Amino acid sequence: MISAHLPALQVVVPLIAAPLCVILRRGTWTWALALLVSWASLAISVVLLGQVLDDGPLSYAFGGWEPPWGIEYRVDVLNAYVLLIVSVVGAVVLPFARRSVLEEIPESQHSLFYASFLLCLTGLLGVTITGDAFNLFVFLEISSLSSYVLISLGRDRRALHAAFQYLILGTIGATFIVIGIGMLYMATGTLNMADLAARLPFVDESRTVLVSFAFITVGATLKLALFPLHFWLPNAYAYAPSAVTAFLAATATKVGVYILLRFFFTVYSFDFPLKAITLQGMLMPLSVIAVLVASTVAIFERNVKRMLAYSSVAQIGYMILGLSFMSVTGVTAGILHIFNHALMKGGMFLALGCIVLRLGSVELDQLRGVGRRMPLTMFAFVLGGFGLIGIPLTSGFVSKWYLILGAVEGDHWLIAVAMLFSSLLALIYVWRVVEVAYLQAPPEGAKAEEAPLSMLIPTWVLIGANVYFGIETSLSVGVAQTAAELLLDVGLGTSP
Amino acid sequence: MELLGLYNYWIVVVLMMAGFYTVIAFDNLVKKIVGLTIFQTSVFIFYISMAKVSGGTAPILTGEPEVFSNPLPHVLILTAIVVGISTTALGLALIVRIREAYGTIEEDEIQAQDDQQ
Repeated sequence: MISAHLPALQVVVPLIAAPLCVILRRGTWTWALALLVSWASLAISVVLLGQVLDDGPLSYAFGGWEPPWGIEYRVDVLNAYVLLIVSVVGAVVLPFARRSVLEEIPESQHSLFYASFLLCLTGLLGVTITGDAFNLFVFLEISSLSSYVLISLGRDRRALHAAFQYLILGTIGATFIVIGIGMLYMATGTLNMADLAARLPFVDESRTVLVSFAFITVGATLKLALFPLHFWLPNAYAYAPSAVTAFLAATATKVGVYILLRFFFTVYSFDFPLKAITLQGMLMPLSVIAVLVASTVAIFERNVKRMLAYSSVAQIGYMILGLSFMSVTGVTAGILHIFNHALMKGGMFLALGCIVLRLGSVELDQLRGVGRRMPLTMFAFVLGGFGLIGIPLTSGFVSKWYLILGAVEGDHWLIAVAMLFSSLLALIYVWRVVEVAYLQAPPEGAKAEEAPLSMLIPTWVLIGANVYFGIETSLSVGVAQTAAELLLDVGLGTSP
Repeated sequence: MELLGLYNYWIVVVLMMAGFYTVIAFDNLVKKIVGLTIFQTSVFIFYISMAKVSGGTAPILTGEPEVFSNPLPHVLILTAIVVGISTTALGLALIVRIREAYGTIEEDEIQAQDDQQ
């Protein structure tokens, strides 16, 4: 039965398709193959999420080697949800990529572009699905190495410098994680996450385990670009090709958040002495600062892509803030925001990709009157912006609602106020774009030219989903809540 | 004497910090990659050190009951070495492209050119 092997196929299909892309050579064919594979991944992740919701966690023993000796793929509600997010974004960005890549990348590099794209997808899916700590590091490096390549393909030469900086910081982050995993192995003699969780409580409070926790925390926060470790992110997003920015912004940092969740609440699942201090004493203030500082920087940014990149740093702050409440509502808000932010930021970066195609630039001065020249694209951008602000009837409102509920529940009144204030900051930076795009006249002689349908439809799929999940919340909130309850039930040793 | 007995871990820490410092302190991109490689290598030694079982030999089945070193970290590090080499190769390839685009591989000069744009 093929359905028994779905967890393996989820990763293996894009992995095998990547070298096929290089062999095929022709840009159109490789694109068609990549598209097919990304849709197959989406189908697999939908089936997996359905199975997990119905029957509980799935375990897949690679090569028939039983865990904890062999490598185990373990799918529970949390990673089935993240798998779905990653594969949805991949499946939506690839149709968009065709026109955008034709415009932005030389023809000879197309097959290599799609091969790297599929490798990046493989890596992100692999990090999410694996139940083995070292395997997680390997997939993390697959996704990172391919994303450095993807970013360096940007037209601007600054893309090269941005990719190099990301390479240095990303490698340091991943190496920190592998040091932490090594120390865990040293203390317990196992690499399987479930097995680690079972054994760690019996290891005496050793310094090795404490240090491993510190290394993994810092490594993961570097990867997910939590303030003040976010310096690689704005340039990498700003100068990468449009399709790459949309894909990475919606998936890469989210998978980083997933790593943090997985280690904090599954691996160090017992009442680990450092966890509460780290979450509430370190990550909570840092994420509040991230939200406020990055939103403020975004207000002063002239390049709209960089502006959205800083806004991403702020939104990552929301996710980590949710986790740091250590309550079901808080963690639900964090997981929910992974999903909602992927939809709105992915959609907004796709809209910017449409604008780049027609105008060649996203500097704020160039966008004068673009609301009249490209009404559909710009309207999608504005709806996404409403999500960032948290206006009701967009998905951003739903995650903010749960976040503020979590803050109030935990008696963090100041933080709730800071959240409301940060919405104001978001309003200002979205408004700056709206003002230029709608209230200023387009330059003389500029033609009204909407983006092609192959790019508009993917943009609207994500933005439409952003509105849909702002109204119909039972699916997104329901799954996030189940995942949060599952994590905290085990993760704090107390019933929610 | 325990401090001396753990000498390979001391080497790990010294290499790790030397590599990390090189990445942070130097503007030359090639030197940064060198530092990064040393940093990663220290982790390899760390894994190999922890696999050592005192009195154990190489983990090859000879039929006689013997004490073996733990072979798993060796295998893990084989994978990590491949990752490290790919990172170095990609980093150096990027440096070549940066040199073509900017005419320099000093980070402060690249930054200055970026700021002008």
